[in-house]
Amino acid sequence: MKKLLALALLSSFVTTVASAQMLINGAGATFPQPIYTKWFDAYSRVDASVRFNYQGIGSGGGQKQILSETVDFGASDGPMSDENLAKAPRTLWHIPTVAGAVVMSYNLPGDPKLKLDGATLAAIYLGKTIKWNDPAIAGQNPDVSLPDQDIVVVHRSDGSGTTYIFTDYLSSVSSEWKDKVGKNTSVNWPTGLGGKSNAGVAGQVKQSPGAIGYVELAYAIQNKLPYADMKNSSGNYITPSIDSVTAALATATIPDDFRFSMVNPPGHDAYPIAGTTWLLVYAQQKDHAKGEKLVQFLRWAYTDGEKMAADLLYSPLPANVQERVLNRIAQIKY
Amino acid sequence: MHPSAAEPAIATVRGHTTARTGARWPDATFRWFALLAALTIAALIALVGWELYHGSRLAIARFGLRFLASSTWDPVADQFGAWPFIFGTLVSSLIALLIAVPLGVATALFLTEIAPIKIRQPIIMTIEMLAAVPSVIFGLWGIFVLIPWLRDHLFKWLQELLGFLPLFRGPIYGVSMLAGGIIVAIMILPIVTSVSREILRSVPDLQREAAYALGATHWEVIRIAVLSYARRGVYGAAVLGLGRALGETMAVTMVIGNRPEISASLFAPGYTLASVIANEFTEATTDLYFSSLFELGLVLVAVTMLVNILAQLMLRTLAGGASGKVN
Repeated sequence: MKKLLALALLSSFVTTVASAQMLINGAGATFPQPIYTKWFDAYSRVDASVRFNYQGIGSGGGQKQILSETVDFGASDGPMSDENLAKAPRTLWHIPTVAGAVVMSYNLPGDPKLKLDGATLAAIYLGKTIKWNDPAIAGQNPDVSLPDQDIVVVHRSDGSGTTYIFTDYLSSVSSEWKDKVGKNTSVNWPTGLGGKSNAGVAGQVKQSPGAIGYVELAYAIQNKLPYADMKNSSGNYITPSIDSVTAALATATIPDDFRFSMVNPPGHDAYPIAGTTWLLVYAQQKDHAKGEKLVQFLRWAYTDGEKMAADLLYSPLPANVQERVLNRIAQIKY
Repeated sequence: MHPSAAEPAIATVRGHTTARTGARWPDATFRWFALLAALTIAALIALVGWELYHGSRLAIARFGLRFLASSTWDPVADQFGAWPFIFGTLVSSLIALLIAVPLGVATALFLTEIAPIKIRQPIIMTIEMLAAVPSVIFGLWGIFVLIPWLRDHLFKWLQELLGFLPLFRGPIYGVSMLAGGIIVAIMILPIVTSVSREILRSVPDLQREAAYALGATHWEVIRIAVLSYARRGVYGAAVLGLGRALGETMAVTMVIGNRPEISASLFAPGYTLASVIANEFTEATTDLYFSSLFELGLVLVAVTMLVNILAQLMLRTLAGGASGKVN
């Protein structure tokens, strides 16, 4: 009798817990994971009936999972290729959430503030410019005494959205880079050492005198790394910051399907090496209840959630892009 | 499977007497259970092998045997080749063996032959603790402690001393094939030492006494009586260490430089099969890329098996006569 009572109590407890919360699963990119985690946490106070579960397994994983519909939404740092998008069983939409910058960090005596432009950066990463006091670099930095030292090039060894943004930028400023190497989350680097994740690259740069490497802006700020000002297409040297990235996003060309690149945009104050991250959701949601909750969350994210982006060192979407995204969200059917 | 009718009526199993008509099922159950366990392990290995093969079918169909000889790893152009990784895996494991085996066997000899009994146990515990350190921690230690020291001291010294050899030429970054080999050596040291110690302990004292009786010095006793007798076992310890070295991932990827290039210099960065799979698997976007990584896994398993088979063959021919028997 006691056993039966205990079992009944336990099962009622379990069912009440289960019926109280709906679970929505997502997986994908690690770059936006901090802000997504914050959003899910803040949203649980807005609507306690739904809980989100996000796994940072990488953009490739996120794309695969949403294509096989094992998760309710995916997340990716790079837009899905046409080839992959064709595999989707129904219309799959890209929804940009936040943007981030890729900055060039370096290890030089005295931590001077460097100015670099795209052509020089491409030459360094192609292995053509090999010394710090090369005239191309010295010409842009007349106030800095550059040492006669070999440039130690550092890049990412693991596949990453940061690499995608960086190589996208180099492809747009250097036709040689575009032909020889191209852009992807992982490429065949002509030269340089590979560090694993932002921490690996930053660690390698900090430890090697004369090194240069690319990391996310958020990471560079948090770890107080020196980073360079980059020349944008208007000819101005821009310091990477949350505002200069939002400026870049405001002037980027964004097609209807939201798969776009925002490197080297035309804006006056735009920082040239930046990229956005996307959520991947189906236009027609399979589950009515889950779809409804997901759409409500997305609406909240683009009105209230975006305000939290700057605190975590991400760039929120500018107003014109936000409006377009909200229109797209309104079209999601469930 | 069951005893014949000529057996006594009461059988003894592990000291308990059981009437033959009584509890016979524990025997049968145990036999079946043991068989099941063995079959499960075999099935697991077969399953892993099949999954790897199944996943790499696309890459095998596209590249064929060229995959093993090609040096290009280009995810943008979808061109993949395994040769730099195979080279890196073999070279870093070889360096690790060359460092760890002499060191490990010497430590084992110290522990069994030379050390006073009181300090043996603490040293053994310390070595076993080395084995308990996770791979990632080794990698972090490698980045922050080992690499700067190598770059600023050991490598510079090696280049000054032995710079005429192509092995020690070229720019010094710190992260390098040699650094990868050193860190793997540290990781396989405990296993080589423990197994060697067990082997050396099993050498009968009679062997040592016989050598002493013939007038041998301490070192001669160790060389003639102990090491010759234990040659096969020590060799086996080295093979065990090699097996671990081939698969080592996290620590290696943090110190080896991650550059898929083949260079004559030990100071140049390299890349291993396990490292590239760990680095690039999550972000592999195209099917061919994914499949090529699977094929790298298959190649790693094949290389490990091949090396083990070769080692067993060498064991049989070289150390075949070292059983220590008096002829």
